[in-house]
Amino acid sequence: MSGDHHGSSAISEQVRHVEALLEARGLVDEGELDRRIDEFLAGGSPANGARIAARAWVDPAFRDRLLADANAAIRELGLSMSGGLQEQRLKVVANTADEHNVVVCTLCSCYPIALLGPSPSWYKSEAYRSRVVRDPRGVLEEFGLELPPTTRISVWDASAESRYMVVPRRPEGTDGLSEEELAGLVTRKGLIGTAAV
Amino acid sequence: MSRINDVGGMVGFPAIVEEPDEPTFHADWEAHVLALNAALIRRGVYNLDEFRDAIERMEPATYLASSYYEKWFTAITTLLVEKGVATPEELAVPRDASGA
Repeated sequence: MSGDHHGSSAISEQVRHVEALLEARGLVDEGELDRRIDEFLAGGSPANGARIAARAWVDPAFRDRLLADANAAIRELGLSMSGGLQEQRLKVVANTADEHNVVVCTLCSCYPIALLGPSPSWYKSEAYRSRVVRDPRGVLEEFGLELPPTTRISVWDASAESRYMVVPRRPEGTDGLSEEELAGLVTRKGLIGTAAV
Repeated sequence: MSRINDVGGMVGFPAIVEEPDEPTFHADWEAHVLALNAALIRRGVYNLDEFRDAIERMEPATYLASSYYEKWFTAITTLLVEKGVATPEELAVPRDASGA
């Protein structure tokens, strides 16, 4: 961890000062903060989303249940959306030959953190949030994803109570792969919709 | 009327920058801000909606100039003052912090 962000040492000192003040007033304790950081780092991971996508690829009935009620369907894999401060509704959308989906939170940074872990910085940037709803095709091209002009693009705007995840299209030539191997093909960007898989 | 966080469709923002192999936190203080916020919400000092609101009503120029976790820290200190937990003077780092 380096101090490459602007003003990093000044804010680091401010945070330490506020933390010490709150500890002195009995509102937080150092052990609790360390525990929360460890919990957060050990929490969600894109691997969870990859498992869900791979299961949807190999099991059409699971795919149907997932698209109908994702919160219930992911429990079949031992996953849930209740790991954070509050349980959130999850809606899963699946890419097809005709339609591509991409997720954003225009107002802030809503993302299925409990399931997928922290979002990348670009997802939280004003640049992505402002532009992907106005020019999704152009933004996807900047990510290296060129879709046929006939492919419709749906942009899903997350909110405080409702989160989204994309199931990418299963790549061609993967018939012989196991479910685990298929999961290994899925990336975090694929689950957000800024990559094909 | 919309607030500065409501950027969907707004023009004028620069290209999207991707950071390869991005770490979860770019500095220890970011992790501490995240944990501090979770602890204060669990303790009932304020709730999640109040926290979001405190970010979204930031002064627009400050909002745009702040990194993600800088916004969080601004919201935390705003709420600590408004909830009567601490005064702005108490939250400010003493001038002579090194000699404490």
